[in-house]
Amino acid sequence: MSVLEIRDLQTTVETEQGTKQILRGVDLTVKTGEIHAIMGPNGSGKSTLAYTIAGHPKYTVTGGTITLDGEDVLAMTVDERARAGLFLAMQYPVEIPGVTNTNFLRTAKTAIDGEAPSIRTWSKDVKEAMTRLRMDSSFAARNVNEGFSGGEKKRNEILQLELLKPRFAVLDETDSGLDVDALKIVSEGVNRAHEATDLGILLITHYTRILRYIKPDFVHVFVAGKVAEEGGPDLAERLEEEGYDRYQVAESAADGADALNVG
Amino acid sequence: MSTYIETEPSFVPVQTRSERPTSYDPADFDAPTGREVDWKFSDVARLSPLFEDADGDPQAIDYEIEPEAFVQAPLAPGQAPRGEAFHPEDLPSAIAWKRTAEALHLVIPAGLETQEPVRVSIRGLGAQLRGHAHLVIEAQERSRAIVVLEHTGSARFAENVEVLVRDHAALTLITVQEWEDDAIHASAHQAVIGTGASLKHVVVSLGGAVVRVNPSVRLAGEHSEAQLLGAYFADAGQHLESQVYVYHEGRNTKGRVLYKGALQGASAHTVWIGDVLIGRDAVGTDSYEQNRNLVLTDGARADSVPNLEIETGDIEGAGHASATGRFDDEQLFYLQSRGITEEEARRLVVRGFLLEIVQQIGVESLAERLAQAIEAELSGGAS
Ligand SMILES: Nc1ncnc2c1ncn2[C@@H]1O[C@H](COP(=O)(O)OP(=O)(O)OP(=O)(O)O)[C@@H](O)[C@H]1O
Ligand SMILES: [Mg+2]
Repeated sequence: MSVLEIRDLQTTVETEQGTKQILRGVDLTVKTGEIHAIMGPNGSGKSTLAYTIAGHPKYTVTGGTITLDGEDVLAMTVDERARAGLFLAMQYPVEIPGVTNTNFLRTAKTAIDGEAPSIRTWSKDVKEAMTRLRMDSSFAARNVNEGFSGGEKKRNEILQLELLKPRFAVLDETDSGLDVDALKIVSEGVNRAHEATDLGILLITHYTRILRYIKPDFVHVFVAGKVAEEGGPDLAERLEEEGYDRYQVAESAADGADALNVG
Repeated sequence: MSTYIETEPSFVPVQTRSERPTSYDPADFDAPTGREVDWKFSDVARLSPLFEDADGDPQAIDYEIEPEAFVQAPLAPGQAPRGEAFHPEDLPSAIAWKRTAEALHLVIPAGLETQEPVRVSIRGLGAQLRGHAHLVIEAQERSRAIVVLEHTGSARFAENVEVLVRDHAALTLITVQEWEDDAIHASAHQAVIGTGASLKHVVVSLGGAVVRVNPSVRLAGEHSEAQLLGAYFADAGQHLESQVYVYHEGRNTKGRVLYKGALQGASAHTVWIGDVLIGRDAVGTDSYEQNRNLVLTDGARADSVPNLEIETGDIEGAGHASATGRFDDEQLFYLQSRGITEEEARRLVVRGFLLEIVQQIGVESLAERLAQAIEAELSGGAS
């Protein structure tokens, strides 16, 4: 069993107005096979958390730790993290002109496994995975995400998730922009990956709808750069009804305190 | 997310391409100093051997043409159709005109359609040797063919390529510069395109110390079309240049220019000057030109100057774009987040960037070979 452990994580980003603190002490533990949902208002830092775990150069970690089975994730480069078994399905997947999906997938698989996949079984695996995600076979020859619709990009992320077989996946709003059918198809892909490899999942979402397909073991409310409350699946239902108002009040109070400290 | 930092053209030529003086007599041109509009970004010092109006060395260049069936009797200066479309615009070109007693004349006969490319291998036999050439490539009416000029070896080479695309013909002309490190090459291509005819013109410059290939296309006939593509990869110390000119003269003509370049290493320098002229009678013109450069390391420099001149208001559309940028961090991050090392991610991105051009060449075997050559450039191997 593996453990992804985040302790007191603090992250800043450089803006035109100067350094801005976004993550303010995140604590989170995800174990193999567990599904954690993270919900929170826009701008609370959910994507920042996802990117920080993956090692995006834009974000600077100013405090705290991330470990994978005790190994210091923060000391790893972006590609080392992926090879260690971390995966990020991005909120806005990037287009790579001139690089075909086929070439990209094979290159990534080779990098993750440390050896080229067997030609015969690999192309069959890719084809089958695409069929299951209802992706037309033409997407294999197209350049990575180039000209893909929002929903097609999300499917392409889950295709990679299924083929690369990580130990932990962060899914950043994978459900946003999906129509009802696509939501179901993509959710099934995530569940397949979960079952096949006992994947640990950190699922960032704004909507409880996806939680009907992907059943979380834990729900975390993310506000102002940290986890404000934790609970079971029922917490998601409550958030849907009540919104985040309750937490926002606490947040402005905290901001006020910050201002006082600075002053 | 944009890959590029859009930059404003740094300089607008005071003299437009249509006003450039032309002459068959080298004496009419002063030796370039680097202050002239058409030499401003050039490596005048290293090109200077090509400014000397002297005979070429007899053994400078080895030519091989395959299949030979398309080769006609050579053309003396002034012997038609030599000079029908070609008017030297600069000194090396006028010297090459004058010093080439026998111009190679390739003719694709009327109505003939060939899939197999006509290969002209041009091999320089020594870096100190001076060579001149004038080639006349004539695609007769309703013919369809591909001609590939392959430059290898080393020489000091001034070359003219005169291209006549007759009515309703379709010609693809590809010039590949895979010179050795010490070659000096100035080449002027001038093409005239007839009614309903089309030219696909591709410049791929990878090797050579200084390579300057200036294609100029006159869309003379109604409904004529030209697609001008370029891909170049400059390493440390290399200077690769293209001054592209499209003149929309006839009605309802279409021009597309796309040049992409990658630069890597100290003092790698590329120059792209793209001029488009939409003439007085060129109603219905549809024109677009763009240049994109990817600067991979510090100390490399890409000059990019688009210029659009419009003499009639009644056109379909015209535009230009120029962008020079560094690696897109988001692309690198995305690839790395899938386990791909930074080095390999960079290779994939640059390869993809240039392959957009190579994929459009339309000659499978050549495209494959060039993709490999680009790969070799990227791993810092052969240049
Ligand atoms: N590069 C940046 N420059 C300036 N501000 C940034 C940058 N990156 C993130 N931020 C700010 O950090 C905060 C957190 O952003 P983040 O994208 O993590 O939020 P989020 O919780 O994912 O929001 P959403 O639900 O809208 O996706 C926001 O206020 C955002 O504007
Ligand atoms: Mg977000």
